[in-house]
Order: sequence, then C-alpha cells, then structure tokens
Amino acid sequence: MRTTMGVAAASAAVLLIAGCGGGGPRSSEGEKLTDGKIVLGVLNDQSGAYSELSGKNSVKAVEMAVADFKAKHGDKAVTGDITVVTADHQNKPDVANTRAAEMYDRKAVDAIFDVPTSSAAEKVADVAKEKRKPYFNITAATTTLSGVKCNKYTFHYAYDTYMLANGTGRNSTEQGARNWYMVYPNYQFGQDMEKSFSTAVEAAGGRVVARDAAPFPNTSGDYSTYLLKAPTLNPRPDVLGTMQAGAELVNLVKQYNEFKLRDKGIGLAVGLMFLTDIHSLTPAALSGTVYTDAWYWNYDVQNRKFADRFQAETGTRPTFAHAANYSAATQYLEAVQASGSDDADTVVGALEGKEVEDLFLRNGKIRAEDHRVVHDAYLAQVKPAVEVTEPWDYVKILKTIPAAEAFKAPSPDCKM
Amino acid sequence: MTGFLQNTFNGLVSGAFYALLALGLAVIFGMLRVVNFAHGAFYMLGAFGAYILLAEVGVPFWWALVLVPTGLGLFGMLLERAFVHRLTRLDPLYNFLLTFGLTLILQDVVKSRYGIQSSPYATPAELGGSVDLGLFDFPTYRVFILLFAVAVCAGVWWLLTHTRIGVVVRAATERPELTRAFGIDVGRWVTPVFGFGVGLAGLAGVLAAPMRAVNPLMGADLIIVVFAVVVIGGLGSIFGSVAAGFGIGLIQAWGEAYAPPIVAQTLVFIVMAAVLLLRPAGLFGREESSA
Repeated sequence: MRTTMGVAAASAAVLLIAGCGGGGPRSSEGEKLTDGKIVLGVLNDQSGAYSELSGKNSVKAVEMAVADFKAKHGDKAVTGDITVVTADHQNKPDVANTRAAEMYDRKAVDAIFDVPTSSAAEKVADVAKEKRKPYFNITAATTTLSGVKCNKYTFHYAYDTYMLANGTGRNSTEQGARNWYMVYPNYQFGQDMEKSFSTAVEAAGGRVVARDAAPFPNTSGDYSTYLLKAPTLNPRPDVLGTMQAGAELVNLVKQYNEFKLRDKGIGLAVGLMFLTDIHSLTPAALSGTVYTDAWYWNYDVQNRKFADRFQAETGTRPTFAHAANYSAATQYLEAVQASGSDDADTVVGALEGKEVEDLFLRNGKIRAEDHRVVHDAYLAQVKPAVEVTEPWDYVKILKTIPAAEAFKAPSPDCKM
Repeated sequence: MTGFLQNTFNGLVSGAFYALLALGLAVIFGMLRVVNFAHGAFYMLGAFGAYILLAEVGVPFWWALVLVPTGLGLFGMLLERAFVHRLTRLDPLYNFLLTFGLTLILQDVVKSRYGIQSSPYATPAELGGSVDLGLFDFPTYRVFILLFAVAVCAGVWWLLTHTRIGVVVRAATERPELTRAFGIDVGRWVTPVFGFGVGLAGLAGVLAAPMRAVNPLMGADLIIVVFAVVVIGGLGSIFGSVAAGFGIGLIQAWGEAYAPPIVAQTLVFIVMAAVLLLRPAGLFGREESSA
C-alpha cells in the first residue's frame, strides 16, 4: 500500500515538473504576463470624419487579429485572455490625451492602436512615452511621429505625408506630368502636404506652376475660382494636385468634373485618398485620378482572402487603415508570444529592427532608429467606369513603390 | 476680364444657395419670430431626399425637385404643430434649443443610416454639358441653378406682393399686433409658412446634391454663413435676405480669387461686422419696435 502511494506521489511530482518545464499548460506561461492577460486598446474616431475609413471597422480588424492569433497558437498561446477595448477620441487632441491615459492606467491596456488626426496622434505619443507603453499609430499622416515626436514606445505604421507626396508627386512627374497646380486647404495638414508634394515634384524634375491655399473650412463649398484658373496658367498645368480631404475633396472633384478639366488636358492627382472616398464619389467621377495607396484589397490572393473575410464581418471592403490595424495588432501579439512577456521594454525590443512579411507589410521592416515601419507602397489609378466590374474594385495598381523608396530615411530630429 | 466675369457668375451661383436658404429663414423668422437653427439640417435632408429617391427608388432629379421640397414642407408643418408651436409664447431661447436639438437628431439619424462618408449623386445628364456665354463656357448645371433660384425668389416675391396670403404674411411680419387687431387670424398662417420655409431649404438641398458633397454635416458649415447673410440683410427682411445672399456669394468668390486666403476665409464675417457697426438692423432691416 505504502509503495503504491509512493509511486503515485512520485509520478505526480514528475508530471508536475514536466508540466512546468515543458511549456505546455497555459496557466504557467500566463504567469509571465504582469496581469495574466493582454488588453488591446483601439482609440479612434467612431462617429466623425474618419469613422468610415477607420472607426468601428478598425476595432473589428483588431478583433480579427486576436481571433487569428488564438487560432494559430491555441494552447501554446502566451495567454488565452486577450480582449479589445475601444474609445472615441472625436479627433480632439485633449480627448485623445485623456482617453489614452485612461486606457493605459485604468483599463490595463497593453498597447494602443489607430489614432487618426495628427494633432491627436502626437498627444497619444506623449502619453505612451510617459506611461512607457506601446502605441502603434496607423491613421495619422504627420512625419513628426517618427521625427521630433518619436519615442521608444511609439511606432508609426501605415503611411505618412512623405510617402504620399513622394509616391504621387515623384512618380506622376516621372511618368510625364511635368507641370503642377497645387490647391490645398489652409491648415496644417494642407500646408505640410503642399510643401512635401512640391518638393517631390521638383526633385523629379517637374515644376509647380502655381499654388493656392483655399479657405478651410470652405464654407461656400465652391472651388470654381481655382478650377477656372487652372487652364489659364502659363505654362498650362498637366495636373491639378489637390490636398483636400473628406467632404472638401468630394466638392472639389464634383466641380472638377463640372468644369470638364480632364477634357481640357488637366489631370487630377489627390494627396490623400481612401477607398471609401472613391466609393462615395463613384469611380466615374474620379476615373484616371492618381494617388498613393498603402495597401489595396484586391492586389493579390492573400489580400483578397482577407477582404472577403472582412466583408463577411462588416459588410464592406477594407481600407488600408483596416488592414494596417490588423497587421499591427498581429505583430504586437506575435512579439509578446515570442518574448513570452508583456513587459513593454521587452516587447519593444523584440519589435525593433524586425523584418516582417504579412498581409499588410510587404518587404516590411520595423526600423529601430525611429520606429518608422517601412513597407512597399503603391501608385494607384482609379479605373474608368467601364472597367469596374465589381463593387469596391475601383483601382488598378500602376506601380509598386519599393519600401526603401517609399519612406524617407530616419530623421535627425528623432532622438529616441 | 473673362476671369472676372467667370468668378462673378460663380459667386452668383453660390449666392443662389444662400439666397434660397436665407429666404426661408427670413419668412419663418418674420412670421413666427423663431430663429430656425434646424435650417441647415433641412437643407441636408433635401440633398439626402434627392439621393434616396435616385439611389433607392430610381426617381430622377426632376421629380426630386418637386417631391422633396413638398415632402419636407409637410414634415416642417408637422414639426411646427408638434413642437415649435408650443414654445412660441415662451422665451425665444426655448425654440433655439429645440431647433438646435432637432439639428443634432436629424444629423445623427441620417449618419446612422448612411454614414459620414458622402453619398454619390451625379449631375442629371440633360444638364451635364456647358453653355456658351460668348466670352466663356459655363457649366449648364450652374446656369440652371442660377436661373432656377432667381425664378423661385421672384415667384416668392410675387406671392408676397400679389396674393392675399402674401399680404397677411407681410402684415404679420411687419406689425403682428396691428394685424391681429384688424381681426386677421395670423395663427392660421403660421404652420404653412413654417412648412414653406422648410420646403425652400429642402429645395436648396436638392439643387446642391449634384455639385456638393452629400453628407450628414453638409448643412452645418453652410448655415453659419447663411445666418451671417440674414443678419447682413436685416433679420426678417425678405428682400434683404435675398439681396444679401447673392451679395455674399459674390464677395466670397471675389475674395477667393483676389484676396489672400486668410482674408477670403473671414471675409463674410468682416462684412457682417462692418454692416452691424453702420446699420445695426442690417442693410434692409428696420429697428424692432418695442410693441
């Protein structure tokens, strides 16, 4: 009897040791996490101007990343307890600031994602730095996030003004659009974009014939002054470069068509455009327009597969913001898995310098110097209406812009 | 010279929208003494009405031009009976809060159904070309808006000066107490006049759909300028609202073409401030009597 007890105790002890050392049971691995769980925070605009291009569907994309991560790692996952929390920052810097602090402090959020609107994104970068917690910016365009505002915990993921300007400005100029007329909204984003675009155009041997700041907000909703001016300029511009966004872009494009500028030989290049913008304007209104895209849903089989799943969940096709949120959440979770820890410094260390290939990041690399996440970008052109054979498939990719060319070299302004 | 004329034409087209909206505001204010903050939302509903008719029912622009203002006019009458009416005897602040609240509700209802992104609406094919005006070509649709808005304003003017309803409305607008003293039942006309004003905003919305972004917030920016227009024209002055509407359209267009952007951006409010300093009741307004 005593012998049997001894054997049982011995085998129990062996099993226990094996269990601990073998890395199998999730409970013992979970203890490596500070609180046994991972909470991802999506902080973005849920009802305003950016709510459709990102918004609630970005939350859905992050949830898809969590589901895929759990399915991939199963019992071997660093923890099974991964949740997604979300908040609306209404594109206001002060609200973003408060919500971000609240997420890190009270909601036990391990990493924040998305955060459109440059001014709000900069505030969140400050909070991330102060709280020493990771922050993946997806939808803000300002290069300051990997410049003066860069810090150890902030990663700038999808795109920035340099990528847009260099992609569209430089490539269009190289492809023959030598003379440009720039129209931009008179506030920081518009002014920055105009400067970046003009620099890119001139660097490629083109010329900016004229540049005009339009009132912002443009209460009259009318752009005819600029549209009428375009054909009278000398030399006559080959392309009208517009830096307007959202409803202002819609107004401008509708009126561009009204004045038939394309028929007069003046093409249209848009500084920043999302798939949702093309959808609301219709491809017919934009046909021939050139812009730079960070990702396109129907680019290849892998993207299309994701887009089909995304559509089943949300009823719409993903914008690049959605795909990038999915990718950032995946890369964060994989880094936690690989390092077996949710300690911010450890995870950041695991991400720095990493070369990545995933749904969104093609030839991707997370630069250690400034945390700019570089990847291939695409020069896109809206198809003529007759070539659009299925809803949302509005674009043909003219050219892949290699990662090294798409983004600018680390800025000396960035002191990690 | 050609450029100046083109800018002038475009200013008048922008002005046509201001005039139609200001006209509705002026009629409503004159009769009800209600500053209708929901006017921008009704303009937005007009554009969405056109969009819904075309995209979901297949009803073209021309029918929308009749159906949408009529429908919105009836909706306006319903709102007047259900809400506005009950508050007219109270402090004007109550109606301000009511119409402001209505704006938020209407915007959110549309936003929850159609999203924040603009909805597509193409220019009707018949109006897609351009008209040769001698010195330059001008988009047919813009010529149409200009002629149509002028015709509507003239029509309203004729109604006010040549019909019995018009006489009552003008009398009640200018001297409400005296009109009542003559035994005229002003109250009877309040509801249809409110509906009429709302219908005009809806009409402006339908006209805007082909050339402007159709989204839930489209009225919010515009209405600020329209209020400035009404103040410049003289609160309650029907002629003043129309004249100031076209005038402000012109000033904005010239400003954008010839003034530095920072001035163009604030020109309307500079003009408003100047007018208020020189003529506190607006260009065509009269000082309110204490009666």
